[in-house]
Amino acid sequence: MGLLNNHGILERHSLILTIAILITVSIGGIIQMAPLFYMENTIEKVEGMRPYTPLEVAGRNIYIREGCYVCHSQMVRPLRDEVERYGHYSLAAESMYDHPFQWGSKRTGPDLARVGGKYSDEWHVDHLIDPRALVPESVMPPYAFLAEKSLDYENIEHDLKALKMVGVPYTEEMIENAEIDLRAQVDPDIYFDEQDALVARYTEAAGRDGTVQIRDFDLDPDRITEMDALVAYLQMTGTLVDFSTYEAEDLMNRR
Amino acid sequence: MDTSTASVAGMLAVFAILAVFIAGNAMDRLMGIHATLFFFAVAAWLVGIGLWAGKLGDRDPFDETKYEDTLVKFGVFTSMFWGVAGFLVGIVIALQLTWPNLFYFEQWGFTNFGRLRPLHTSAVIFAFGGNVLLATSFHVVQRTTRARLFGGMLPWFVFWGYQLFIVLAATGYLMGITQSREYAEPEWYADLWLTVVWVAYLLVFLGTLWKRKEPHIYVANWFYLSFIVTIAMLHIVNNLAVPVAIGSAKSYALFAGVQDALTQWWYGHNAVGFFLTTGFLAIMYYYIPKRVERPVYSYRLSIVHFWSLIFIYIWAGPHHLHYTALPQWAQTLGMTFSIMLWMPSWGGMINGVMTLSGAWDKLRTDPVVRMMVVSLAFYGMSTFEGPLMSVRAVNSLSHYTEWGIGHVHSGALGWVGFISFGALYCLTQWLWKRKSLYSLALVEWHFWLATIGIVFYMVSMWFAGITEGLMWRAYNEFGFLEYSFVETVEAKHISYIIRMSGGLLYFSGALIMAYNLVRTAIGHERINQPADAPAVSNPPAAASLQPAE
Repeated sequence: MGLLNNHGILERHSLILTIAILITVSIGGIIQMAPLFYMENTIEKVEGMRPYTPLEVAGRNIYIREGCYVCHSQMVRPLRDEVERYGHYSLAAESMYDHPFQWGSKRTGPDLARVGGKYSDEWHVDHLIDPRALVPESVMPPYAFLAEKSLDYENIEHDLKALKMVGVPYTEEMIENAEIDLRAQVDPDIYFDEQDALVARYTEAAGRDGTVQIRDFDLDPDRITEMDALVAYLQMTGTLVDFSTYEAEDLMNRR
Repeated sequence: MDTSTASVAGMLAVFAILAVFIAGNAMDRLMGIHATLFFFAVAAWLVGIGLWAGKLGDRDPFDETKYEDTLVKFGVFTSMFWGVAGFLVGIVIALQLTWPNLFYFEQWGFTNFGRLRPLHTSAVIFAFGGNVLLATSFHVVQRTTRARLFGGMLPWFVFWGYQLFIVLAATGYLMGITQSREYAEPEWYADLWLTVVWVAYLLVFLGTLWKRKEPHIYVANWFYLSFIVTIAMLHIVNNLAVPVAIGSAKSYALFAGVQDALTQWWYGHNAVGFFLTTGFLAIMYYYIPKRVERPVYSYRLSIVHFWSLIFIYIWAGPHHLHYTALPQWAQTLGMTFSIMLWMPSWGGMINGVMTLSGAWDKLRTDPVVRMMVVSLAFYGMSTFEGPLMSVRAVNSLSHYTEWGIGHVHSGALGWVGFISFGALYCLTQWLWKRKSLYSLALVEWHFWLATIGIVFYMVSMWFAGITEGLMWRAYNEFGFLEYSFVETVEAKHISYIIRMSGGLLYFSGALIMAYNLVRTAIGHERINQPADAPAVSNPPAAASLQPAE
């Protein structure tokens, strides 16, 4: 075994050993990861997918902050029971603006990829405040403090800018109006013109109507709370893509 | 003050200024808190260095003719501390899942499971495991090269810098600072700090190898080196992100969706591979041969399994993403390599267990040896279970369930935990130059409590995981889903209780160990040690350099 005999070279030269290790551990990752940045079905855009509105971004950040991903996945697998329980299996394109992704790895609670529109805002608010009031067997922790904490959205414009830097196609207009867009989405009684502008901006990005939901999500019209943002995000999940136009049997979409 | 102390102090001063700058420009409250905390920690550190240097007098603190053992002793105690803390948080969150109303603080976000679980995982993996790796690698690399640690003050920088990273990470989780990348939750600034610490660690390790008085680099050091180098690569790539601003604790990941998911699980799986496997195999390759006083079973096997292990491990990440939107060829590659991984894993186990050839009696007489050998049995078991779960058909059942939790704990509690406990027992006895541990009987207690605890944990989670997996996919006679989701939650209640008691048993074993180690370090010895206990299972290592060990 000549190879084994030559191993002495590696054992006597720490730098050669270090470099040999580095090369050995680089190969697998490069081969698996690099193609994903070029393959069509991992980078294609599906009609309806749009950058998240500022309110949804803020809600998503609360979702991340509270560690929701620890117990809830956002990835419906193409298995009969999951499609029947949660809805159409998840597409790659549906998380194309997720920096970072929220697919999760554990379902202590149910999948949330398509929870949007399944329950009323009121249900979400009550459930987040005291999960066992609605689902007695639940083991979910309470999130009552979200309803009392005012949402901090002073810097939301910077969030959108950072997201644009990592590749989310926010327009200059979306960034400039981030703060007013956020308020307009949650406060339907004051900002009529701003609402139209918000809907127009994000509908154009989505390529289809009806993806922007505007209302007071936490049923507390007096102020904008973290509950508003989180419920707005949850009610949006899984609703952007119109599956009536999606051809699952198309060869490109088979998996 | 010598050069290394001056450079470390200078570097710390730069970071202190940077912290003041960030605190001054803090955009959010959380960043303000963290920058201030960081500043005061570094300031206290600098004061400590100053006081220490003032007291030195003529003494050379970094005497090249002596080993740096004080640092390793510190590492033994931080390992013990973080271990106990991490296990305790584990019990708290197990309790929360069992009786959710018990820890019910509706206004205190930081007591919620979502924030405590990352605290638990990071505390046990990076705080406990990381400190064990720091302590043992600093011990092993000195003994196997017959050289003092390179860099004078630099290894101390690595040690305290790493503790500071742990504090930043832990306080961050409680306040809600997270990237939501599993096992890489700390935000961008903590990641950058860890990068600095890690580069210093690599430098210390390589520098010590360069000073070695042995021509060959011992096998344990290959494993340590692969752990340090690969973790650096994984850490940097997986944490690529754009901060919202220099004064913001929030960042957005560079990649999104599919690409981000694969990057994360390439990291996540190889954190297991290179943090929890190669690092701890290095421990095995030094402490088992030393403790049983036998050479490593097979040199060839160690070469073959080392290179195949590190080559194959990297490919296995996609098995965390079966049936997801990741292209199927990538899933298949991940599964194939995961199954191949079974062999090099067992190569390590065989090499470790067979090292006892000719000294099997020590399994009976020395509970520390037994602990380390049983850790290899758990290693063998979970590296068989892993490939099994990576098969797509099995994974469709096991993924997202408690089975995964059971799997990682058989590896973590059984393999990583037991080999670490073994090393800590050895280190305490050897570094404090004791004839024996304070009490071997307490090691027996630790061993049996922990083993029974692991069995409770594993079996209850297998049962819970397979139950819920089958319930999720169960159909009734009319072709409808038989169970609602919450019925599957309810079904796990008894399993949760058993799991929690398993955790309690494991935790009480760790407390017994902590007590035993402290008494050993103080110099106590119980008079009624068993009569057939080995007189000295290993001569205490002298503090000065000695012939090759």
